[in-house]
Amino acid sequence: MEVVHSIRPALTILVSLVAAFLILSSNRRPNVRELWTLLAAVTKFSLVASLLPTVLDGKVVEFTILDILPGVPLQLRVDTFGLYFALVASGLWILTSLYSIGYMRGLKEHAQTRYFFSFALCLSATMGIAFAGNLMTFFVFFEMLTISTYPLVIHKETPEAIMAGRKYLAYLLTASVFLLFSIGWTYNLVGNLDFVPGGFLAGHASREVLQILFVTFMLGVGAKAGIMPIHAWLPTAMVAPTPVSALLHAVAVVKAGVFGSVRIIGYVFGPNLLKEIDLWIILAYLASFTILVASMFALAQNNLKRRLAFSTISQLSYIILGAALVTPNSLTGAILHISNHAFMKITLFFVAGAIYAKTRVENISQMNGIGRQMPITMAAFTIGALGMAGVPPVSGFLSKWYLCLGTLEAHETVFLVVLLSSAVLNIAYFFPIVFRAFFRTSEEFTGRDEASPFMVVPLAITAILAIVLGLVPNAFISLLHLTRMSVRNILGMG
Amino acid sequence: MIGDQSPILIIIIPLMSSFLVPLVAWLRRELSFVLTIAALGATFVCSLDILATVLRGDNIHYSLGGWPPPWGIEIVIDHLNAYMLPFVSGIALLVGIYSRRSLLKEIPDRFVHFYCLYLLLTTGLLGMLVTGDMFNLFVFLEISSITAYALIAIGEDGAPLAAFNYVILGTIGASLYLLGVGYLYIMTGTLNMADLRGLLPELYGSPVIRIAFAFITVGLGIKIALFPLHTWLPDAYTYAPSAVSAFIAPLMTKVAAYALIRTMFTVFEPRFSFELLPVGTILSVVAGIAIIVGSVMAIAQRDLKRMLAYSSVSQIGYIFLGIALGNRLAIIGAYLHILNHALMKGCLFMVSGSLMFRHGMRDIFRLRGVHRTMPWTMAAFVIAALSMIGIPPTAGFFSKWYLLLGTIEANQWGLTVVILASSLLNAVYFFRVIEKAYLEPSHVGENEHLAGGIRNEAPISMLLPTWIMAAAILVIGLSSGKIVSSVLDAAVPKVIQ
Repeated sequence: MEVVHSIRPALTILVSLVAAFLILSSNRRPNVRELWTLLAAVTKFSLVASLLPTVLDGKVVEFTILDILPGVPLQLRVDTFGLYFALVASGLWILTSLYSIGYMRGLKEHAQTRYFFSFALCLSATMGIAFAGNLMTFFVFFEMLTISTYPLVIHKETPEAIMAGRKYLAYLLTASVFLLFSIGWTYNLVGNLDFVPGGFLAGHASREVLQILFVTFMLGVGAKAGIMPIHAWLPTAMVAPTPVSALLHAVAVVKAGVFGSVRIIGYVFGPNLLKEIDLWIILAYLASFTILVASMFALAQNNLKRRLAFSTISQLSYIILGAALVTPNSLTGAILHISNHAFMKITLFFVAGAIYAKTRVENISQMNGIGRQMPITMAAFTIGALGMAGVPPVSGFLSKWYLCLGTLEAHETVFLVVLLSSAVLNIAYFFPIVFRAFFRTSEEFTGRDEASPFMVVPLAITAILAIVLGLVPNAFISLLHLTRMSVRNILGMG
Repeated sequence: MIGDQSPILIIIIPLMSSFLVPLVAWLRRELSFVLTIAALGATFVCSLDILATVLRGDNIHYSLGGWPPPWGIEIVIDHLNAYMLPFVSGIALLVGIYSRRSLLKEIPDRFVHFYCLYLLLTTGLLGMLVTGDMFNLFVFLEISSITAYALIAIGEDGAPLAAFNYVILGTIGASLYLLGVGYLYIMTGTLNMADLRGLLPELYGSPVIRIAFAFITVGLGIKIALFPLHTWLPDAYTYAPSAVSAFIAPLMTKVAAYALIRTMFTVFEPRFSFELLPVGTILSVVAGIAIIVGSVMAIAQRDLKRMLAYSSVSQIGYIFLGIALGNRLAIIGAYLHILNHALMKGCLFMVSGSLMFRHGMRDIFRLRGVHRTMPWTMAAFVIAALSMIGIPPTAGFFSKWYLLLGTIEANQWGLTVVILASSLLNAVYFFRVIEKAYLEPSHVGENEHLAGGIRNEAPISMLLPTWIMAAAILVIGLSSGKIVSSVLDAAVPKVIQ
C-alpha cells in the first residue's frame, strides 16, 4: 500500500486541542467562545474530508508524532476504516456544536466553558482513536477520551451526576487496565504494535494464550462498546446534558468502543485467527444476548433518554455481532452500521433534548400529543425510529440488510433470528412514543411551538441525512466505498 | 577548567553556601534566599554539565584531594547517577524558589534556619549520589538525615513527635548501614565501591558478607521507607512545613533508593543479589504488599498531605518491584519511576502547600469550589494526579508500562495484577480529590470560606515552580523514549542486558 506522509492527520487532532484552550481563555465572552467551537468543528471536518481523495485512491496517509517508546512511535495512519470513523464523528460534531449552543443557552446551564472545553478535547481524542496507527497510539487517545468525557458526565453536579461519574470511571478505567495489559502482553509476544489489515498476532503465541488475550482485549474495548454485562455505566451516564449523550454516547465514546473492537478483530487478530481460536462464536452469542436483553430493558424505561441508552446498547451489539461473524457482508453491515446508527441515534437524542429544553418533559408517559406542539421534531424522531427498526428507505435498513446477509453467509441462522426479533422489539419500544406524540392529545401541548432553531435545524438535518444515506449510501463522503475498501483490506481481498 | 571540577563543585557550592547563609542573613534576611537560589542554580548547571559529559560516553572518576582511589575518596559518575543529579538539583532549585512565600506564611521566624539546613540537606543528597565510597556515602546519608530531622521538627503541632519518630528509626537504619559497611571493611580492607566489587566475589559464600549485605539492605530500607519499614513516613510528611514536604517527599527516599540500587548492582553483583540470596523474591513480595497497602491507606485519609504520604509508600513499592524483577525492562521502569515519582510528588506537595498558603487547610472534604479560587494550581494537580494514575501521555504512564512489561517478561502474573490494580486504587483516591475540588462551592457547611469563589491564586513564585513540575511531567512523558534509549539503557547493569 502506498504511503503518503502528511501532517494533516495531526492537524485534525490539534485543531480541537488548540480550540479547547482558546475556549478556556474566552471564558467571559460566550460568543467568542462558541465561535471557537464552531470554527474548530468546521476546520476539523474540512481537514478530515481533505484526506478523502487520497485514501479513496488506495493510499495511506501517515504521520509520526514522536518516538514515544523505543520501537513504538506515536503514529497516525489514516486508512479507509479510520477515515470513515473520523468523517462521521467530525461531521456530526458541527451539528452537535450548533445544537449544544441552543441547548446550553436555552437551559442557562452553568459551567458552559468547562462543557465546551471538554467537548473539544473529546473530539481531539476521537480523531486520535480513528487515526491511530498502532495499539499504543490507540490506547493513548482512548484514555484521553475516557478522561475528557468525565467532566461532561458529572456536568450537573447533582449527587446523581456525581455517582454516575464514579460509575463511569469505575467501568472505563477498569476496562482500560485490561486493555493496557493486553497491549503490554502483545508487545511482549510480538515486539511490535502496528495495526495490520488481517491481523498480526497469528503464529506468535499458543492458542490458549491468544484466547486469553482476546478476552482481555474485548474486556478492554467492550466496556465502551456497552457489551453486556459491562454496559451499566451507559444508562447511568444519561444524566449528562443531552448533547453529550447525543454525540458522545451515540457517536464518539461508544463508537470508539465498537471501532476499537473492529480494529482488534480485523487488524490485530485478523479473521482467520479469530476463527482459529474459536472465540468468535462466544462473542457473537454475547452480542446477540445484548441485542435482545437491552431491547427488553428499553421497553421498560419510561425516561426517554434511558430508553435511548438501552437502544444504543442493543444497536452497538449489532456491530459487534457483524464483526464477530467476519464474513464480507457481515463486516460491511457492521462498519456501515457505525455511521447509520450514529445519524439515527443522534437524531433521537437531539429530539429528546429539544423536548426537554422546550417543555422540561423527560418521561415518555408525559408525551401525549407532543407531536402537535413540535411536529418537525417529532417527525424527525419518527424517521430515526423507523431507521432503528430497519424500515427502508432510512439508512438503518441498509446496514441491517447486510448484517442479515452476513448471518446467512456464515450459515448461522440463529443470529438471523436474533436480528429479526430485535427489529420487532425496536418497533415495540419506539412506536408507542410516536403513537403518543401524534395520536393522543393532552391539554399541555396544543399550539405549535418548536424549540430554538439552533436545535431544530440540526435534528432536521440529521434526520434528512439518515434518509439520504439510506438511498444514496455514497452521498457526500463515500461512506459505502470506504466501508467496502475496509472490508476488502481486513479480509485480504486486495 | 570549571567543567572538570563540576563533580566536586556540586557538593562544594551548596555546602559552602549553607555556611554563608547565616552570615549574609545578618546583613539582610532576604539575602539568605538569594544566596540559596544562586547556589542551587549553579549546582543545577554543574549537574547538567556532568550529564552532558557522561552522555558523551565518558564516566567520570574524580579523586578528592588528588589521593588515588583505594586510599582517597573517589567520586564516580556513570549513567545512573548522572541521570539522577539534574532532577535532584533541579527540584531542589524549584522548591527553593517555591519555599520563600510559604515559609514567610508558615514559619517566618525560621526563615534563615530553613535555608541553611536546606542547602545542607541538598549537599547530603548530592553527595550520596556522586560518591564512590561506602563510608563517604554514610557520611552524606547522615548529613541529609540529620538536617531532615531538624527541618521536619520545625513544622506544625505534631511535627516534633513525628521528627522524633523519624530520628529513632532513621538512626537505627543508619547504624545498620554502618555496621554492614564495617563488616565489609573488616573482610576486604577497602571502602571503595569499585574495589569492593573486585574483591567481594571470592567472599560471596562468607556468612559475614551476607550479613553485611542484609544489614545494609535493611538499614537503607528504613531510609527508603520500604514497607514494612515505612512507619515514620506518613507523620513526617504530614506535619513537616509545606516547603519541606515538597522537597523531602520527592527526593529523600529516592536518593536512598539509589544507594540501595548501587549496593545491589555495583558493589555486589546482580548474581549475588538475585541468585545467591533470594533478595529478588523477598523484595518483590514486599514491594507488592507496599503498593497495595500504601494505596488502600491513602484512600482512607482525609488530610491531603497524609494521603500523598501513603501514596509515596505505595510508589516506592513500584520502584522496588522493578528492581526485584531484575530484568532489563523492569529495571528501566524502576529508574524511570524514580524520576517520574519525584516530579509528580513534588508537584502534588507543592499544590498542597499552596492550598495551605491561600486557604489554610488541606482537608479533602472541604475542597469544594477550590478550582474557582485557584484554577491554575488545581490544573497542575490534575496533571500530576493523572500521571499518578498512569494516564498516557503523562510520565507516570511510561514507568508503569515498563514495569508491566517487566512483570510479563518475568512471568510474574501476580505482580502484573498488583500493578494494574494499583492504578485503579490510585484513580480512586485521586479522583476523590478532583471530584471535590471541581464541584461548585456549596454555600453551607464546612467550606463557606470558598463560597465566594473569588479568584485567589497562589503567588507567582509558588505557582511557577508548581507548573514547571507539571509541564515536566508531560515533557518527560513524551520524551521518555529518548530518555530510555540515551541514558537508561546504559544505566542497567551490563550482565542483565
